[in-house]
Amino acid sequence: MMEFVLGHYNYWIVVVLMMAGFYTVISRGNLIKKIAGLNIFQVSVFLLYISIGNVRDGTTPIIAQGFQHYSNPLTHVLILTAIVVGVATTALGLALIVRIKEAYGSIEEEDIHLQDNSL
Amino acid sequence: MIEQHLSILLVVIPLLAAPITAILPRARIAWLLTLLITWSCLLLAVWQLQSVLDGNIISYELGGWAPPWGIEYRIDTLNAFVAVIVAAIAAITLPYALRSVEQEIDPRHIPLFYTAFLLCLTGLLGITLTGDIFNLFVFLEISSLSSYALISMGRQRQALTAAFQYLVMGTIGATFLLIGIGLIYSETGTLNMLDLAGRLPSVFELRTVHTAFAFIMIGVALKLALFPLHLWLPNAYTYAPTVITIFLAATATKVAIYVMLRMVYTVFSIGFAEDTPLNEMFMLLGVIGVLFASLSAIYQTNSKRLLAYSSVAQIGYMVLGIGFGSVLGLTATIVHIFNHALMKAALFMAVGALIYRVGSSHLRDWNGLGRQMPWTFAALVIAGLSLIGLPGTAGFISKWYLVSAAVEQQNWLIAFIILVGSLLAVVYVWKMVEVLFFRDANTSTAETREAPLLLLVPTWLLVLANLYFGFNTELTVDIARSAASMMEASAP
Repeated sequence: MMEFVLGHYNYWIVVVLMMAGFYTVISRGNLIKKIAGLNIFQVSVFLLYISIGNVRDGTTPIIAQGFQHYSNPLTHVLILTAIVVGVATTALGLALIVRIKEAYGSIEEEDIHLQDNSL
Repeated sequence: MIEQHLSILLVVIPLLAAPITAILPRARIAWLLTLLITWSCLLLAVWQLQSVLDGNIISYELGGWAPPWGIEYRIDTLNAFVAVIVAAIAAITLPYALRSVEQEIDPRHIPLFYTAFLLCLTGLLGITLTGDIFNLFVFLEISSLSSYALISMGRQRQALTAAFQYLVMGTIGATFLLIGIGLIYSETGTLNMLDLAGRLPSVFELRTVHTAFAFIMIGVALKLALFPLHLWLPNAYTYAPTVITIFLAATATKVAIYVMLRMVYTVFSIGFAEDTPLNEMFMLLGVIGVLFASLSAIYQTNSKRLLAYSSVAQIGYMVLGIGFGSVLGLTATIVHIFNHALMKAALFMAVGALIYRVGSSHLRDWNGLGRQMPWTFAALVIAGLSLIGLPGTAGFISKWYLVSAAVEQQNWLIAFIILVGSLLAVVYVWKMVEVLFFRDANTSTAETREAPLLLLVPTWLLVLANLYFGFNTELTVDIARSAASMMEASAP
């Protein structure tokens, strides 16, 4: 049991980060905090992919003498793409927040709803 | 020469054109280039559909890398058909866009608007064509990111919050899809859909695969705005620029439905899905979605929001079709993907023409406009009848197949609910007709002229298509049926 828990420690980190990020997105009214939560949520998936790529006793996937087992490099490449997507999402989200701040003078969700409904 | 590279050209042409439009100095030139690109995409998509109609399958290896190692584009009847829908709607929207965009978007931003539009088109076409599940995620994000930007360009400030809300929900959906893809990759070691279909059955009993299936289904359901995950849709459609509402309403959710079909039928196989409560869930959410969204539509006072809720209801019908799990149900879904794109694009175009003249989408500002703008009004009525499902319109064909699928399984309750949904559609379409025709014109709207020809012609093209495909069902139903039976047959 203990071995199962410790042996999968990176997956536990993934789960904790994923839930923390997801909870932040749902529970926080501040738009910046929402984007931060979204980022933590996405990063947990990056970790998940990298953990999947690990091969027992495998080394960095660079061919060299004396090494037979290499980690799977494909998941790293996939996650590079996902990181780019994540960066783009964050940039777009932050840009929207700047414009929301200009239009409403606030980045608190409740404030914004109040202003829209009072029209 | 071109024929070999058809599928990849469909993605590469709009992708390359996007940065070029960004640096063009004049708005009109950017529009002209986009127009050219969308029409050439339509030509290529139709050509591609013709070459797979007889049951051929096009397999294109990107960069000459053989699948399953390289990315493969795999075209059968279903995705060639969806690609034609996307390209056709883009091509018909573009002539309409010229005037509408000039009125709604700051002239300095118009070239960038078309850049984002082309990227969105690239993403949507890419999703339909690719045979690689990770490539699908990337294209999904390309189309989503560009549509967030496009929605935020609406005139009212609520467009910004609507885009932000969509960004948060859309990213959660896409990340769920990514988690699911990672989990099945960890079990099978492949990302090629066909290869996955071959390897997944040996690990079906693993809990990882079930978890992956759940993640993928929820992620895609968020994208297709399945009730109760539709919360982003009404705001996004209401506040987006008119052209974007037309384009997204007719294509984005339809492409997501296609992804759902592909995942359930090709990747996981229907045998696997039947062991999960998927079909029951689709039935339940489809039924609630139809009733709830139609009722919500009745109470709306903003025409765009009214039609947005109606879209959620229509998605309910499509999901119901999948839920039947029969060839007839699938046929109904695929036919409805096409017909709903026709009717919703026509409706939003007619509404957009009214907005173009009056500058408001609120029903209270529309009193008596129908008599000033008879052509727009007539288009709205005919497209509305198609939405209701009156015989002789395209909408009737979808409803007919959906009800037949319900009757085939002797599911009278569902058949009854589909009819109730149509009756509710009568109520909300009538609401618009009543305001437009039977109320006295406000003093401010009494002098309104008919919409310009550039808006009317695309609208009427779609309206006539609604009538044409209501009488001539050969093309749509035959394609849908052959796609549906092909997917059912692929089940082991």
